[in-house]
Amino acid sequence: MVIVEKKHSNSMRLISLLIDITSRPSGVIGLSLVTFHVLMAIFGTQLTPYDYKEVNANLMLQGPSTAHWFGTDHLGRDTFSRTLLGGREAILITGIATPIAVMWGGFVGMFFGLVGGRLDEVLMRVVDAFLSLPWILKMLVLIVTFGTGIGVLIPTLAFFYGIPVIRVSRAATHDIVARDFVQAARARGHSRITIMRLELFPNVRDALLVEGAMRWSWMLLAFSSLSFLGFGVSPPTPDWGLMIADARGFMSFAPSGVIAPVLGLSSLIIGINLTADALAKALGIDRAQKAPV
Amino acid sequence: MKENLNSTDPLLKISNLSVGFKSLEGFLLPVLRNIDLEVWRGESVGLVGESGSGKSTLALAAMGYLKGGLKVIEGHCTFSGQEMFSLSPKKLERIRGGKIALIPQNSGQSLTPTHKIGEQLSEALMLHSRLSECDHKERIVELLEQVRLPDPTEIINRYPHELSGGQQQRVAIAMALAGEPEALLLDEPTTGLDVTTQAHILELLRDIASEMGMAMVYVSHDLGAIARVCDRIAVMYAGEIILQGSARQVLLTPSHPYAQSLIASIPRLKNASLPIALDGRPPAPGSTGNGCAFVDRCYMVENHCKTSRPLLQKTQDDELVRCHYHDKMIKLPVNRQIDAIPRDVNKDKQLLSLSNLSISYTQTRTIDKLLKRPNTIARTVDGITISLAKGETLSLVGESGSGKSTILKAIAGLLSPEDGNISIIGDGNLPVNVDKRMPDQLRRIQLIFQNPDESLNPRQTIAEILAQPLSLYFGLRGEELRDRSVELLDEVRLGAHYMGRFPNQLSGGEKQRIAIARAFAAKPDLVLCDEITSALDVSVQAAVLGLLDDLRRKQGTAYIFVSHDLAVVRALSDRVAVLYQGRLCEIGPVASVYDRPAHPYTKVLLEAVLEPDPDTVPTLTAADIVELSPPAKGCPFQRRCPQKIGEICDTKTPPWQQDGAGHASRCHITRYV
Repeated sequence: MVIVEKKHSNSMRLISLLIDITSRPSGVIGLSLVTFHVLMAIFGTQLTPYDYKEVNANLMLQGPSTAHWFGTDHLGRDTFSRTLLGGREAILITGIATPIAVMWGGFVGMFFGLVGGRLDEVLMRVVDAFLSLPWILKMLVLIVTFGTGIGVLIPTLAFFYGIPVIRVSRAATHDIVARDFVQAARARGHSRITIMRLELFPNVRDALLVEGAMRWSWMLLAFSSLSFLGFGVSPPTPDWGLMIADARGFMSFAPSGVIAPVLGLSSLIIGINLTADALAKALGIDRAQKAPV
Repeated sequence: MKENLNSTDPLLKISNLSVGFKSLEGFLLPVLRNIDLEVWRGESVGLVGESGSGKSTLALAAMGYLKGGLKVIEGHCTFSGQEMFSLSPKKLERIRGGKIALIPQNSGQSLTPTHKIGEQLSEALMLHSRLSECDHKERIVELLEQVRLPDPTEIINRYPHELSGGQQQRVAIAMALAGEPEALLLDEPTTGLDVTTQAHILELLRDIASEMGMAMVYVSHDLGAIARVCDRIAVMYAGEIILQGSARQVLLTPSHPYAQSLIASIPRLKNASLPIALDGRPPAPGSTGNGCAFVDRCYMVENHCKTSRPLLQKTQDDELVRCHYHDKMIKLPVNRQIDAIPRDVNKDKQLLSLSNLSISYTQTRTIDKLLKRPNTIARTVDGITISLAKGETLSLVGESGSGKSTILKAIAGLLSPEDGNISIIGDGNLPVNVDKRMPDQLRRIQLIFQNPDESLNPRQTIAEILAQPLSLYFGLRGEELRDRSVELLDEVRLGAHYMGRFPNQLSGGEKQRIAIARAFAAKPDLVLCDEITSALDVSVQAAVLGLLDDLRRKQGTAYIFVSHDLAVVRALSDRVAVLYQGRLCEIGPVASVYDRPAHPYTKVLLEAVLEPDPDTVPTLTAADIVELSPPAKGCPFQRRCPQKIGEICDTKTPPWQQDGAGHASRCHITRYV
């Protein structure tokens, strides 16, 4: 009976959260953009007008037409179809890497925040040192050493994008640790893990959710940059970064080949950012709106 | 104080005012209902009631201000003939701060931290007086003198954080006086201040009001403070004024059952028994129905009360009362309190002993460490030696900064003492740090915090909160866990239906009961209570005190009870220890210490206590200054002591003097000649 009541209240909370998000314009737009791209990534192959790898030498580098809305690329493939599918790899890889990044970053941040003291100070300086390096540099080092492919990209992205999460999670934990209910748990003699699981995590969760959404959009950008540089996916897989890299040589006479993947990538990132914004407001983390004037 | 009452119109007149907000479902829910109130020049009116009764909303409405979302449903509010709710913002601005000044609860927060006191006062003068800027300084010094701040020329150049809480409150009063107001609104101006500071501020307000012939509206939940400053009292309940009359009538012979129960729930200094609790909670806005708002908690309720809302009626004593049966009400003496039932404390069986406990917050500087220089700074808490018998209740009293909470934290293992031992019978000396204590040692000592909003995790259900100690100490799971949780809820007089709720769905008193249930879940030998009733309303406080008393009788638990409220301490304790600046001044059986205080500081504290009785006058003997650190040697109270005998107090630590019955004090003045 107790468990039923609890589940009930949790699902109620989720529903009211969704209602709150969708009642905001940013939430509606953001969520529909993200949903569109995710659905395309899953069911795209059945929905696109052309096969993404269908090469046609007669139709090379054409401009927009009724048959090919965004024209064709240098191999005569339909740019529109390829753009719709261009997020598949990116969403798959970042979709796995983001939760991993948030989980490990969140855990480490919570631990630092709880332990505090000298250990915390020293380790946070290490985190600062990591953050001060240009991200593309450290990522390229690992990828060049271990090669590309999902098996390398996911851990690499998850590792580097977990580091800024440590900061956010630690800051959120610091606010909670000083509160009496954590003191009470310490005085009862609970282990650190129990305190983190039962007392800290439920209170840090909201901040981590929003941070996760933000990290996701950064990670998408990073992945697309990597594939632009040729370290992401390999042809003929459609991917926005790769498409931009391929089409940029012909930009002067077939601009639609660059514009289409740029639109695809930016609409997803804008969608994620708007959703994160609405989520933060719905969860009450961003209090700017509620402040009395 | 009443010489200006001959003017024909009241300064402030509120007639039939109702204020409400729109709920999510679109209903208009009233927060204030049909308020009639008149305040004349030179008069001070107290607004009292529990939290949520609408008293602050009413005070702010008198300034023509409503918090976001609230709006006027009907009625008027006029200030010296002007209708406040129809004035232009510009005119309102001129009246607010000028003609009516507000003194808020926490002045430390209402002063800008980055501006000097002089600058802030100068700003107030610029807005609300016609003085030219070069005359400001002179006027500021005058204002600061008026609120009796020592050394005004010095204070001008200080920042708010460099002043104590009491001094900040005085600055706020000076700021309010800058515009030479006709009316002062005081919203809980002394809540959160120490007893002695509070008494000083109230004396100041009394004097200022009579000097300047101002009208005062004094909002407070503290009837003791109200009794000291107000001529007339209006008691509020669920957004209505239910009783209005002279201070003497309302406090001594209240003719409304709510007012009577409220006054009965206040513990008294002269009475060693527990006050009577007022059960239940006030109705939420909009849920009062057609009847009297107090119907659910009234002890003389009749069927008629449930269907018809009583109107304000005049009694033969000229009081206004909102009760159908006020004339039937037997005017019982207010002090009907439960007789103290003696408990047997086994004095021979010692439970806990602290020996020479010393705690220091200041860290030794690295340079001192390197040069191996000794730490010269006096310790925050020093030389605490106390023992506690099984089932005994010991209270620690003292002003803020006296180290009472610090000692509790050290016993709980949350703070490591620099020196000394904490030992508990059966386990010997306890490790100082909580991480090194054994689970059973931890189980025996439980801690309850001041504010249940802070001590209960907002994201856990009551079931989860109670499950934590039960599964940690006793390994309970599933059905067993649930049964025990329900049993605990029953013990604190809450039911099983609370299990699935979150703390924010509970009232303050209910939350504190959950915190108590959580502590008692461990079946502790000793419960440490840190100001556990100070965040609660008086009626709820009485219920919590009753519950604590009940639990110790059933389970033989010992308490160490920390409080700044001396009346609460008297109601609950067997023994009391008085602390000043982290040092013990006096310790002994509660009756003996209260009736024959031996240490000058104990006397100062007891004399400053306010009682809800217009005839009690506090005596203020010690200077109202706040010391930030204890003196390096001698008696800790040397700088404020009204009975200081000479150099010996500054140089020598006073010896303990015993009376043979366990009452000891530490002073150079010889007690028994």
